[in-house]
Amino acid sequence: MPDEITLSVYRGDKSGGQEVEYKVPIQTGMVVLDALHFIQAHDAPDLAVRWNCKAAHCGSCSAEINGSPKLLCKTRVDDYVGEVIHIRPMHSFPVIKDLVTDVSWNYEKLRQVPAFQPAIKAPFTLQQRDVDRIQEFRNCIECFLCQNICHVLRDHDAKDRYWGPRLMIRIAELEMHPLDTGDRLDLLKGAAGVGMCNITKCCTVVCPQGIDITDNGIIPLKERVADVYWDPLGGLVRKLHK
Amino acid sequence: MSEDIAYHEYDVLVIGAGGAGLRAAIEAAENGLKTAVLGKSLLGKAHTVMAEGGVAAALGNVDPQDGWETHFYDTCRSAHFINDYRMAEIHAKEAPDRVLELEYWGAVFDRTPEGKIMQRPFGAHSFRRLAHVGDRTGKEIIRTLEQKIMTLNVDVYQEITATKLFKDQERIAGCIAYYREDGRFAVFTAKAVVIATGGWGKAYKVTSNSWESTGDGAALAFRAGAELADMEMVQFHPTGMTWPPGARGILVTEGVRGEGGFLCNSEGERFMEKYDPVRKDLSSRDVVARGIYKEVKAGRGTPHGGAWLDITHKGAAFIKHKLPGMYEQLLSLADVDITKSRFEVAPTIHYTMGGLRVDPYTGATSVPGLFAAGECAAGLHGANRLGGNSLSDILVFGRRAGAGAMEYAKDTKMPKIDDTEVQAEVERVLAPLSRTEGENPYKLHEDLQEIMAAHAGIERNGQSLEEGLGRIQELRERTEHQMAKGSRQFNPGWHGVFDVQNMVLLGEAIIRGAIERKESRGAQWRTDFPDELENQGKVNYVQRLTDHGIELHPEPVPEMPEELARLFKLGMAPGLANSARKE
Repeated sequence: MPDEITLSVYRGDKSGGQEVEYKVPIQTGMVVLDALHFIQAHDAPDLAVRWNCKAAHCGSCSAEINGSPKLLCKTRVDDYVGEVIHIRPMHSFPVIKDLVTDVSWNYEKLRQVPAFQPAIKAPFTLQQRDVDRIQEFRNCIECFLCQNICHVLRDHDAKDRYWGPRLMIRIAELEMHPLDTGDRLDLLKGAAGVGMCNITKCCTVVCPQGIDITDNGIIPLKERVADVYWDPLGGLVRKLHK
Repeated sequence: MSEDIAYHEYDVLVIGAGGAGLRAAIEAAENGLKTAVLGKSLLGKAHTVMAEGGVAAALGNVDPQDGWETHFYDTCRSAHFINDYRMAEIHAKEAPDRVLELEYWGAVFDRTPEGKIMQRPFGAHSFRRLAHVGDRTGKEIIRTLEQKIMTLNVDVYQEITATKLFKDQERIAGCIAYYREDGRFAVFTAKAVVIATGGWGKAYKVTSNSWESTGDGAALAFRAGAELADMEMVQFHPTGMTWPPGARGILVTEGVRGEGGFLCNSEGERFMEKYDPVRKDLSSRDVVARGIYKEVKAGRGTPHGGAWLDITHKGAAFIKHKLPGMYEQLLSLADVDITKSRFEVAPTIHYTMGGLRVDPYTGATSVPGLFAAGECAAGLHGANRLGGNSLSDILVFGRRAGAGAMEYAKDTKMPKIDDTEVQAEVERVLAPLSRTEGENPYKLHEDLQEIMAAHAGIERNGQSLEEGLGRIQELRERTEHQMAKGSRQFNPGWHGVFDVQNMVLLGEAIIRGAIERKESRGAQWRTDFPDELENQGKVNYVQRLTDHGIELHPEPVPEMPEELARLFKLGMAPGLANSARKE
């Protein structure tokens, strides 16, 4: 392995910027975040990068490494031997500075999801097999890489029509909770825009937690919406019941 | 000065957005008080997210003999009896309700075959007690609190750093903070302030802590006149990663041993049988960490200076189900498949038992109107914290500090912050940006970590501690002359200036506490005083910051009443004694 590697890191803010090259000595097993910390300590103390746990638990250090959305703390430098590592901020959110983006839109939308409404007081009796699915969704670390890669948000900037995969998974974990009594189908069909997803599964591919976002989350939500709003027979039965 | 400062007023201001801070804010906001939370990071990213193994609560779902008495007994024994028994009692009694409350708010814990919340065994807990979600319990808890906060009328300020607390005469009046995004200042006037900023593990190099653990709140409160206690008590978690170098110190959950993993030295010996024949690999953390350290020192360490941890005998399906995060972490960072091979672990700085001295019932510090909860507060864990007791601590005492702050705020008028103090602090905070020469905060942080490792690590002695004290005092002087290149816009070098100042202050307090406690007890291991001494067990060392520097004095450990003291005279855990009596 060579002694050092070249990182080409985006430096800039909302007024614009460009990539700047830095040389970093390679240490065994080093991750890209280690390399950025080296740059901060030696070359560019004001290089902005958001990070917390450095153990892939918190989902803070999302960025694009050679074009792929990844966590900086989980991406090994030795995966890129012989290449320059290009590191850029997430594309779908406004840049604050360097690799740090403004992800506040996600939190605004999370606030708009109607909360868990349990049918009974705790303690609950719940079987493990009945909560496996929602535990998968609750494994989300809110890194927003799925939001970043979703072409509806990334290429079409349709944030006014679709809340994106992270929000779908949040709604799914509530809708599929055995004891939840809330109804978020109107929201899904309307403002949250589940119909905008056309199942390209890019979100599932980039999820660092391995959550099967599309198959286990979004498609079942689409089916629930279709059941209620688009099934002609069901619609007739509901009409007669009224 | 033409600084554009935003001014806000709140009944209750919570500094710190981890589990304790969010739980405190929920308590105040649910009772109708105007409440704000300040966090250094984005919401839901605080260090709580890294807690893995579980939350300790005597629900008795798996072992019905368990109850608050036994949880209390285990906590005090592990604390080596210098903790505040009142906090241990409150904690043991209230933890189950706090866990069930989370379930009601949407947390989804692993289940027993009967459909109850599952509980796993953990080091030095007499019964299976830790409610958990695989090995990501902290994330489940902070996410649940985050989601609960979002339903309430709480103003959450993200990525904002408080640099100073203000007082109005003797009482607390609020704080000043800057937005990390662009360096704008905001002044928060509040009737009551809750400090919930976590620990200061980042004072050490090999640590499981995230960058945030720089002890800001404890340092700010210390400067504002609040007292610190038990600062010498810093926990080494026995099992941190050893390799690769960048991953050294990252936590390997105690859940690996809880689920059946065991430790071996380089000769294949299960050495914990030697150090604790009864509890073995599930002994308390101080004992296991010291065990690994002693094996390495005796030349029986693994290639990267640790011990082997082996859970392969449980099988791939079990490991991937119970410890999915550990499987993934070791595979992606260290190229080790823990379902197929054993792996290396070594002690890593994990938790600060000491901190702000608080009233056990309300979390009130010695400054009127200033409260504290969670890792930044002292009292519950004494000389050694039990695994799982920090997640229950933040819930139980986060709620109590929120309630304490609320009661205080109800009966008081809005205080006033002196504008000249505000202007002086703005100048101080901006000064590093205008210096053309000065100390590099990254370098000072490295120097601090070197001092702490060399003089106040797992093994301590008086001479080395005294040397360390001299060195850290020199370092403290250097922290006053730091320089930050660049602008106020999201500038980590500038942010680091204040992190380092806080850690150096607390680092000095660690060393001073360790010098004064001339014995070995829990996390404090003095080779020049190798025994646990009866008279030292009767005191906590309390520190105050005065114009002349840090002053330290002993305070008596609160004495347990007879009805609690009897629990330790049964010859076994109370729950076991009860069932033995019934048989």
